[in-house]
Amino acid sequence: MSRFRIGFVPLVDAVLPIVAHALGLAAREGVSIELVRDPSWATVRDRLIYGQTDAAHLLAPLAIATAMGLDRPAVPLGAPFMLGLNGNTVTVSARVAALLGGEGGDVAATGRALAALARSEVAVGRRLRFAVVHRYSSHNYMLRYWLAASGCDPDRDVEIIVVPPPFVAEAFALGEIDGSCVGEPWNSVAVERGDAVIVAATSQIWNRGVEKLLAFRQGVLDERSEDVAALLRALHEAGRIVADPGRHEEIAALLAAPEYIGQPSDLILRALSGKLVLRHDAEITPIEDFLVLHREAANFPWRSQAMWLYSQMVRWGHAPLGEGGFEAAAAVFRPDIYRAALAGTDAILPSASAKVEGAIARSLGAGSVTGRLILGPDRFFDGVLFDPDRALDYVAAQAR
Amino acid sequence: MPKEVPLKIAVVDESVARAAMIEEGLREAGFSDIHLLLERNGLVARLTTLAPDVVLINLENPGRDILEESFAISRALARPIAMFVDQSDERSIAEAVDAGISAYIVDGLRKERIKPILELAVRRFHAFSRLQQELSDAKSALAERKAIDKAKALLMKRRGIDEPAAYALLRKQAMDTGRRVADIAEALLTAETLLGGLS
Repeated sequence: MSRFRIGFVPLVDAVLPIVAHALGLAAREGVSIELVRDPSWATVRDRLIYGQTDAAHLLAPLAIATAMGLDRPAVPLGAPFMLGLNGNTVTVSARVAALLGGEGGDVAATGRALAALARSEVAVGRRLRFAVVHRYSSHNYMLRYWLAASGCDPDRDVEIIVVPPPFVAEAFALGEIDGSCVGEPWNSVAVERGDAVIVAATSQIWNRGVEKLLAFRQGVLDERSEDVAALLRALHEAGRIVADPGRHEEIAALLAAPEYIGQPSDLILRALSGKLVLRHDAEITPIEDFLVLHREAANFPWRSQAMWLYSQMVRWGHAPLGEGGFEAAAAVFRPDIYRAALAGTDAILPSASAKVEGAIARSLGAGSVTGRLILGPDRFFDGVLFDPDRALDYVAAQAR
Repeated sequence: MPKEVPLKIAVVDESVARAAMIEEGLREAGFSDIHLLLERNGLVARLTTLAPDVVLINLENPGRDILEESFAISRALARPIAMFVDQSDERSIAEAVDAGISAYIVDGLRKERIKPILELAVRRFHAFSRLQQELSDAKSALAERKAIDKAKALLMKRRGIDEPAAYALLRKQAMDTGRRVADIAEALLTAETLLGGLS
């Protein structure tokens, strides 16, 4: 049986490859999965680009940065399958939460309060310190987007540092950080210890925020296309199972195993079910579309998602605005492979490869090759649209 | 080693023993400006002060994302640092990754100055894993020897036979069932415990 070694970081959104493996879905498609767990993204990336793994659960912007050679020699990567939308929260220390007063309210109001607090700290010579999981992470770009739109400069008014996900709760406990943007269950772990409070979900900043993807070296996509297609079908099937609320407890218990996430299943269940506990001992707060793993063709790699990420990399000086930059970023996302692999299954195959991001306020039907595609609300909290055909205008507007 | 400005090498590893093995190797190879960084806390600050030319770090070190961020920032400010060597050297990099090493190198250093360091680190990493394997083999061999001794003592007492006879009995059972003597001894001890004979 053709084997895929897949690297991952212990996070709830690694669930699809884990379920595809543990529930025998990959085997049913004639491929096998071996999962390789690492605490840091640099290790997951290096194992992928130097051939220790065949595929990796990877931050979408990190895949783009690697393929574009932003801080090392470029390695061609392709991502034919998204592993989920959103699933992260902005979490602050108990001290900052007390200063903000109240959580879980309107995300724009919370953003303004946080920005005001950050500026008042600057006025007395301090800066709030936020942890994100990697320079090239959606966490970094979502946090920056929110802060910037709320009236503070993420480069000048706060300090943004990198802390790998499994160490974020510890960083809160040691008082090393005032806030973070990280994936689950690591926010819930910090909340459970009483050290931190969740003040926003990234799904409230961008309803359908692009998050992790399954990245392959280009050579693997070319040479093992049949096997890759089989693997994608298994992941699609895993998505169908994970989307069933009746199976959330079972899946949470699976993920809790030490070889996967190694945290209590009731904490993992929160992200899977979208029922978060924002503060230690508080009631459950349901958050709509907290982590979308399957429905609305959530696994389809829209080229416009990659382009939005590149616009943010340019915005914050992480990537040069070069000729063909948007095209190069978009080329990492491979909707063609997704369509070819899932043709003939029950998967909905969008006929377009890019869309205006942030344009849907209420659920909307969209064109698809098969089935009826309903796209849910995908707005940015400030109502600004990202039109991939006018990407340069978007970059220019944000540079002001 | 060519007579140039000596390279300053930082070895970052949470395993003290492995870091020491690499340091020893580098010294034998004629490098003298070597610094071991064994603690996760304050790593970036210490590296910034140190400003090494080469950083050797174990691939799985959880501090790598933090380190790469600091390099990205320092590159933006002043001192260019590239990861690994250049592209033409992919094979030796792949070998390093297989051995479990990652390296960061100041941009512009000549490849022929870096290569021996990386190759040496690869050899030392392999030697270290081999040692670890041998140690764990030795430990389990010792545990097996103990189990066999206990099983022999048990048989001697229960059946009133001498030691060679007891061992012969274990050995025969092992051969008859196609298992190892240590496994038979282990099974015997387990059974005895379950049946309550062993205190």
